[in-house]
Amino acid sequence: MNQLLKQAISTLIRMVLLLVGVSMVTFLLVISSPIDPIDAYVGAESNVSQEQRDNIAEYWGLNNPPVERYFTWLSNLIKGDMGTSISYQKPVTEILGSRFLASLTLMAVAWLLSGIFGFLLGVMSGAMQGSIFDKCVKALCFVLSSTPTFWIGLLFLMLFSVVLGWFPIGLSVPIGKLSSEVTLLERVHHLILPAFTLSITGISGIALHTRQKIIDVLKMDYVLFAKARGESKWTLIRRHGLRNIAIPAITLQFASISELFGGSVLAENVFSYPGLGSAASAAGLKGDVPLLLGIALCSVLFVFAGNLIANLLYGILNPQIREGGKLG
Amino acid sequence: MKNLRMNSKLNRRTKTVVLAGVIILLLVSISIFGIVMSPELYAPDYSAKKMVPSFTHPFGTDYLGRDMFFRSMKGLSTSILIGMLAATVSAFMALALGLLAATAGGWVDKVVSYFVDLFMGVPHMVLLMLISFMLGGGLKGVIIGVAVTHWPNLTRIIRGEVMQVRNAQYVKASRKFGTSKLQVALRHIVPHVLPQFIIGLILLFPHAILHEAGLTFLGFGLPIDAPAIGIILSEALKHIATGMWWLVFFPGVMLVIVVMLFDKLGEQIKLLMDPGSAQE
Repeated sequence: MNQLLKQAISTLIRMVLLLVGVSMVTFLLVISSPIDPIDAYVGAESNVSQEQRDNIAEYWGLNNPPVERYFTWLSNLIKGDMGTSISYQKPVTEILGSRFLASLTLMAVAWLLSGIFGFLLGVMSGAMQGSIFDKCVKALCFVLSSTPTFWIGLLFLMLFSVVLGWFPIGLSVPIGKLSSEVTLLERVHHLILPAFTLSITGISGIALHTRQKIIDVLKMDYVLFAKARGESKWTLIRRHGLRNIAIPAITLQFASISELFGGSVLAENVFSYPGLGSAASAAGLKGDVPLLLGIALCSVLFVFAGNLIANLLYGILNPQIREGGKLG
Repeated sequence: MKNLRMNSKLNRRTKTVVLAGVIILLLVSISIFGIVMSPELYAPDYSAKKMVPSFTHPFGTDYLGRDMFFRSMKGLSTSILIGMLAATVSAFMALALGLLAATAGGWVDKVVSYFVDLFMGVPHMVLLMLISFMLGGGLKGVIIGVAVTHWPNLTRIIRGEVMQVRNAQYVKASRKFGTSKLQVALRHIVPHVLPQFIIGLILLFPHAILHEAGLTFLGFGLPIDAPAIGIILSEALKHIATGMWWLVFFPGVMLVIVVMLFDKLGEQIKLLMDPGSAQE
């Protein structure tokens, strides 16, 4: 147990160090953009005198050296102040707060769906290695892994919303309704297509991984012995297979959150779903520096949480790792 | 039929070589076709707006009467070229960093590994948006963004490979003879990681192309009328309610096919260079 705690702490320290590094890189990337923040703030047409521009620059501390600006930003961040979004004219924390939940729901649903479907497909095709079903799953995974998320989204939109008219074209709630009037059913109705789109791209990785693991496990001696005892194939997989493959599969699924977030940026844009991803691309296009920084940090936190859980789970669930004294 | 019989006479290795050659030929011809194509072919033609796919316009035309077949081809060609540049730059960065980390060891290794973790800690799409933002958008933003973000995975792989041979007898012997570290790395270690490097290089293409398409789809980079697959598809999204399905379907299918061709090519070359993997 002591060993485990030590590993958890060292993992945490590494993660925090990385977080500091990422925030620094992100900050540097964003402030070295040639897009003038004052231009983005006042808009292109308005005639603002040079004096007023200097005042704004002074007020925002744009003339200070980057290191000082970074520390100002960091200290404000720790106080919970992430600045004011230029394009929305609202505090960034407020925007993030309202969009975070929408994105989290979308990603959580997609994550669960892809995990469950991928795992099941992988187990089934691995158990029936060489059959037509197996070949179909393999071909499907191959195609899916080469398909861009946003194109799948477009196809779904075309088929289900435009041609069949089953689902609305965008947004997470019906247009023109107050958020208090929206029923749960309506929310779910608007969530189905984006969630499905996002989950489909995650299926291939987990399915192929699980398939390979099942095939490996079925070659083991203890499986041969179990067969000799007369266990049927599916009992055998349930008793000896699933336990061995579930842990790496879960870890893999947690580690794939980075890709999930990237996919959600695209999927949210296709379905104009008001989450973090669509806000991120809008902020980037409009030169909204505070919002872009806030979302980038948010996404990094997502990935870190995923990786941290993956690392810790691997240590906790896998006795071999625990006793070997080494963490992933 | 005749072709099939001929194929069955070839042994597996020859077949793999032939398949890889055909794929390379296809990809090269698509990219050359795109480069030499005259822009007239996908210029707006207001007398042929919103046409359903037919023999004259195999992929149909859009709301300005632009021929979607030629636009898609031009877009694919751009994608392949950007992908090629990006994959090459990233792969050489990975080779250099992987070699450096594993041969130098110590704190250099720690720093490189830290940067690998750092880059993998930001979602790729977000990182691409940040870099493109930093460069002020434009084609430059897309190319540089895609080129400098694909190295972390391959760096890890190459570092691992080098670690394996670092303590091999022949490396140690060469060091004992007084060869410098750099000489050893170039003469004895690089040839060992070369197969992994080439396979990794080719398998970077699909990623680079998909990310380029995603980035342009979001509206970063290329001008709005440029024939790039991402832009073609984002235009299709704007006009999706009109029900012109061919605007969505064909460009996307072509993109998927090109990405799959690169994947297949990587697989074939892996079979040729690392015959052990053929047993799977």
